[in-house]
Amino acid sequence: MIGAVMVVGGGIAGIQASMDLADNGFFVYLVEKSSAIGGLMASLDKTFPTNDCSI
Amino acid sequence: MEAGRSPNIEIITNAEVKEVTGIAGNFSVKVLKHPRYIDATKCTGCGFCSPYCPMTIPDPYDQNLSQKKAIDILYTQAIPSTYYIETDYCLFLNRRECKQCTKACQSGAINFDQKPEIADYQVGSIILATGFKSINPSRLHAYRYKDAPNVVTGMEFERISSASGPYLGKISRPSDLKKPHKIAFIQCAGSRSTVSGNSYCSSVCCKYAVKDAIVALEHESDLDITIFFMDMRMYSKGLDAFYERARGAGVKFVRSRISEIKRDVHTEDLIIKYVTEDGDLKEDIFNLVVLPTGLEPSDGSFSLARATAVKLNKYGFCDTNLFLPLSTNREGIFAAGGFREPVALPDSVVQASGAAAYASELLYTARGTLISEKEFPEEFSASVDGLRIGVFVCHCGKNIGGVVDVPEVKKYAAELPDVVMSTENLYSCSEDAQSIITGAIVREKLNRVVIAACTPRTHEPLFQQTIREAGLNRCLIEMVNIRDQCSWVHSQEKEEATKKAKDLIRMAVAKARLIQPLDEHVIDVIPRGLVIGGGLAGMTAALSLANQGFECYLVEKKAELGGSLLNIYYTLQGEDPQAYLKQIVDRINQHEHIKVYTNAEVQSVDGFVGNFRTVLSISQGGERETVELEHGILILATGAKIFPTTEYLYGKNENVLLQPELEKKLALGSFVPATGDTVVMIQCVGSRNDEHPYCSSICCSMAVKNALKIKEMNPSTNVYILYRDMNTYGFREEYYTKARNNGVVFLRYDRQHKPEVTESDNRLMITVKDHILGRDVRIHADVLALSTAIIPEKDETFEKILAIPRSSEGFFMESHVQLRPVDSYVDGIFICGMAHFPKSIDESISQAKASASKAAIFLSKGQVKAEPIVSSCDTEICIGCTLCAYFCPYSAIKMTKKDKGKRAEIIVAACKGCGVCASYCPTKAISMGRFTDAQIHAQIEAFGEYE
Repeated sequence: MIGAVMVVGGGIAGIQASMDLADNGFFVYLVEKSSAIGGLMASLDKTFPTNDCSI
Repeated sequence: MEAGRSPNIEIITNAEVKEVTGIAGNFSVKVLKHPRYIDATKCTGCGFCSPYCPMTIPDPYDQNLSQKKAIDILYTQAIPSTYYIETDYCLFLNRRECKQCTKACQSGAINFDQKPEIADYQVGSIILATGFKSINPSRLHAYRYKDAPNVVTGMEFERISSASGPYLGKISRPSDLKKPHKIAFIQCAGSRSTVSGNSYCSSVCCKYAVKDAIVALEHESDLDITIFFMDMRMYSKGLDAFYERARGAGVKFVRSRISEIKRDVHTEDLIIKYVTEDGDLKEDIFNLVVLPTGLEPSDGSFSLARATAVKLNKYGFCDTNLFLPLSTNREGIFAAGGFREPVALPDSVVQASGAAAYASELLYTARGTLISEKEFPEEFSASVDGLRIGVFVCHCGKNIGGVVDVPEVKKYAAELPDVVMSTENLYSCSEDAQSIITGAIVREKLNRVVIAACTPRTHEPLFQQTIREAGLNRCLIEMVNIRDQCSWVHSQEKEEATKKAKDLIRMAVAKARLIQPLDEHVIDVIPRGLVIGGGLAGMTAALSLANQGFECYLVEKKAELGGSLLNIYYTLQGEDPQAYLKQIVDRINQHEHIKVYTNAEVQSVDGFVGNFRTVLSISQGGERETVELEHGILILATGAKIFPTTEYLYGKNENVLLQPELEKKLALGSFVPATGDTVVMIQCVGSRNDEHPYCSSICCSMAVKNALKIKEMNPSTNVYILYRDMNTYGFREEYYTKARNNGVVFLRYDRQHKPEVTESDNRLMITVKDHILGRDVRIHADVLALSTAIIPEKDETFEKILAIPRSSEGFFMESHVQLRPVDSYVDGIFICGMAHFPKSIDESISQAKASASKAAIFLSKGQVKAEPIVSSCDTEICIGCTLCAYFCPYSAIKMTKKDKGKRAEIIVAACKGCGVCASYCPTKAISMGRFTDAQIHAQIEAFGEYE
């Protein structure tokens, strides 16, 4: 068993999975096609219902 | 941002997976890394290169509504904050000329010699989460997206109404940048259609159209907004209320599928012809039309599926199974979010955590073998002598800077006592701003930091970590919220907003002069879990914890495990729920890490994260026995139940059944539909009304399932479904279509005109108003099935034992709807399954896995750190009056014996730092970590110091 996981896709799902795994004791390679992580969510100005910015 | 800082996450950008070999637990992955042409180790993200680039191109981040350069950063707060080059547009890469950027770059980071490279990675598991994309609206010819400038997609409208968007938050239409007074939203643009777009429902478009309409009205209250729709699918927690809020705010909802939009070339307005539900043909003119376009697999999905040998379904999304919702066909490779189905944000987050739990179950024996702890420099002493305060004022793009005069505020702050430096940032939360802050702390020897930006609620942890990285104790920071409290509420009064920002910063500086470094308390965690509720969610959560290597107790109040799953006999997708149930119960009973208690009632739950103590009362052959359990975390999976209505002759006529009762009769053969028999189903019974003002999500699918079963058993049985909105979201749409094709008749009714049920000559008669005919229709029925609301499982005694906040619907409330969907308000207590909200089997399993993932983080770390904000009690001054213990909402104060009397003692792990105790303490024995009386007084006095 290798204690590392590859997560493909740097949107909110990929980031969440990576953080859970890293917190749980596994090394994570987060592979993203574009030049930065964030995905769709980074372009949402405000999220319901708190109007918090999504960054 | 947090992901960018973890030492155990390596972010590999501009990369794609090319090949996966090996088996679960031991994969080898080939990753192709495309050249970025910028050396990430040298780029400082300063942005000098961009203005020199002669190539101006459309900016996809702003939905191509604004422009950017061929050398740029994806968005201001991007991680990593390294610039990149658009290879399709760069003059040098395409025509071997220019190279202006290399001259501009002062750190020599630009390197056109970079080549694509293949790298190998060894991993135990893989999670696929490449998301979805909006369908190309040009495909929808009838909606004129290509030639009419004022037809925009939902994502474009999102940018149009964004403060950081191309129009700076002023709602304008693209053709003339004028304010559109009449706006139409057209739902199902590219969804639920076999003609244009995709046949499935994209699940999220109804939700975001309603959100966008409400946000638009918040910007401009006089907008006239109409939403054209087929069914409003507002089926998740809190959304039906949101729908009602939109109605209340004046958004018009028109049930009609729009077939065509005409463009007026002179005014650039759009003409929509539509048929109302009564059959009238109407025409209306709109200044702007929004298409909340449907979703489909993202571009990379197919090549990724090929590279990983993962099977896709007929829609191009990952092929998953109802009972293994996050597993692909290849063992050890899991799927989450938009890669498997179009889902909303909270579901994406849940599935991501769920997939992490699957990977963790597979690899638990290798946990901790490849990670390292983040190391911080030693804290330097920050004594009160020689205060050196640094102030950082944030523009937040235009969000603050558009209203508050940031340079002026910065200048003002520099003059305040003990402030040695004051500066401004475009986005204080961006990665490069963090290095600016740490750099300033080291260079200027700062020992207190004031950040004037947004809310500490979301951003204080980030800045705390930043100053800690520079060697400062994380409590030596004060945040000032000049966004919510200045630029948002005083957006029309720029001068006053600026003045208020100065006042707030002056007060924060006054407080900062008195703040002290505080220690974090570390608490040990008992490495065992407890799950309450032995239904599908509870069993899944317990099994996941056990499979991740932790001991777990599973408590069920009934004699048998299974919960609601015991009443499910078949599924829409064709799986056998009873076979699965038997399998999971066997696995639980055989697992060495799980101890099951049935016939068990919870008598008390005490303690706090890491150290809970639960007392059970177990009945065994008429005798009751008490068991005491100690555990570090608690998962609540107490489920939900079917609302037993008294409407429509239920309980009075034996042929009136609840939907699950019909299912049981059909499955066990006690009702065999005969030729000519008529079965009528009524949806939303006791649901979406004043008593239960929410949509129970799964009843429409349940009705379609039973209708299809009847038609399968006997195609000549008549089936009618009377509904308000058919909520067969996602791929379930397929079965709704199939039911219509198989002859199931769907009739719509309004909340104001509910069907009537009468009984005559032993037959049931149902009367309902048909909208198209405009008159009442009478149906004689042999069987009437009612789809009633699904309501929370709630009992008084349990409420008293464990006060977990519930939503207005009565389900357990999560701590953040979008970002922390399985955490309750109490640390160490998680929620999943129908106790959170009615949900389908696959959703329950995903959520149970997610709660196990979150719980495992506590259990595997073995320790929790308490916030240094907690209260403390000076036992010399305490008189033992017990007022604080009485008022503490978190049971975080216990009275302990000291000498002859009692003294208050704070349970550090349970304290949330709310300050209630300190405000009641008559002798001022209690003080709050970061809010001492002296600090608050200094702040108030500073408020009085007008210029």
